[in-house]
Amino acid sequence: MGLRKPPLYDVHADAGATFTEFGGWDMPVEYDSIKAEHVAVRESVGIFDVSHMSELEVSGPDATALMQRLTTNDVTALEPGDSQYSAIVNDEGVIIDDTVVYRLPDRDERVYLFIPNAGHDEEMYDRWTSFRDDWDLDATVEDVTEDWAMFAVQGPDALDSATDAAPDAALGDLSKFQATFADVAGVECWVARTGYTGEDGFEVLCPWDDAETVWSALDATPCGLGSRDTLRLEMGYLLSGQDFDPETEPRTPYEAGIGFVVKLDTEFVGRDALEQQSEAGVDETFVGFALLDRGVPRHGYDIADADGEVIGVVTSGTMSPTLSEPIGLGYVPVEYADDETEISVLVRGREKRAVIVTPPFIN
Amino acid sequence: MFEIPDDRKYLESHEWTTTEGDAVKIGISDFAQDELGDVVFVELPAEGDELAAGEEFGVVESIKAVSDLYAPISGTVTAVNEELFDAPELLNDDPYGDGWMLEVEPADASEFDDLLSPEEYREQTE
Repeated sequence: MGLRKPPLYDVHADAGATFTEFGGWDMPVEYDSIKAEHVAVRESVGIFDVSHMSELEVSGPDATALMQRLTTNDVTALEPGDSQYSAIVNDEGVIIDDTVVYRLPDRDERVYLFIPNAGHDEEMYDRWTSFRDDWDLDATVEDVTEDWAMFAVQGPDALDSATDAAPDAALGDLSKFQATFADVAGVECWVARTGYTGEDGFEVLCPWDDAETVWSALDATPCGLGSRDTLRLEMGYLLSGQDFDPETEPRTPYEAGIGFVVKLDTEFVGRDALEQQSEAGVDETFVGFALLDRGVPRHGYDIADADGEVIGVVTSGTMSPTLSEPIGLGYVPVEYADDETEISVLVRGREKRAVIVTPPFIN
Repeated sequence: MFEIPDDRKYLESHEWTTTEGDAVKIGISDFAQDELGDVVFVELPAEGDELAAGEEFGVVESIKAVSDLYAPISGTVTAVNEELFDAPELLNDDPYGDGWMLEVEPADASEFDDLLSPEEYREQTE
């Protein structure tokens, strides 16, 4: 099967991007330098094409009930234009995917748009429609992944760039996780004050066919998935399919450090398993660490204790472009999770000394 | 266009070696550093270690990739560019100059004949 392409594939190729497969999509990984793109986001503003993210729209009289029962956070807390980070878990409470749920302006009833990760759209469409049918709910579920292009404008100057492109929208009035429909270069877009970099910024959803107009209107350094990964890693944000994965790294929200998105006073698939774990506590937990020796921690490397006994695994790692130090994320038994605990990471069979650091790694 | 100096020979896996004198220098090509992107880590053998032609002798890592290094020729390591440990970006900035990796005393001068000429290497990268 061929890879799916974002609407601006040719624009990125002409700009000199190299591409990588991610979630079944062929996406820009870097334009010139991952490091330079990373610095642009930390110090000024960068723009990412994240059109590979999935989008599903849920509407109808039972839209709220369906969303509530398939996500761990409390969607009834959302006003129109609000959004929330949430998890989608199975019966055992294991994370299938993480997502942002937006409440759109009401039509006849409440309408939700949620953004699972790349390549999860079919799976989530099937999950939502089959549970809807089992529970006999009256809701319409649409996979609108290829109706919407999505760009992330991130960095301390993101508000300036976004405001230049959408001067009438008062985007500066949006607080974090708020969103609005806004006119960007004559195109109606859904603009949210959200992101995955730790910087201020906006995520802009625009109609697939208007992608080039909107991309061109947003003045920022083009950035690829390479710097998106190093930026989120410095913040300790989870990457779906890598820091958790129902097959290869089955983890609950409590283990993965996102217990704050689990609202046990709501009714959802996986709630009972999570309530049990909430009472019993977790055995292993998600941590950050910094390497003291030279080397680069990578996904799949073993973590050992000070005696060399393997105690856990690295799920993500890189050389932090901001700190110029090797950093990583992974799971260890809770007794090793305190800051400054000495561990080691096995890099090609060699022990490299490391210490636990609770993310974010930067201020 | 990638720079491919005429005064050295190349391996298909993108390492170069100079060919003159008692000690020759070894490094990676301009094409290789561009493919890797920002280099962040280099692991090299120590002075006195032996290299065997075609065998792994170290590792170079960029943010996005880990890549093994292969020896163009056999010989004894006589010097290591330790500046690369603190400034691996020298491999991006100057792969044929300040980004050299090892100085080696060749064990068998006939091995240079097995390597790619600049013209042959250019064809491979095009």
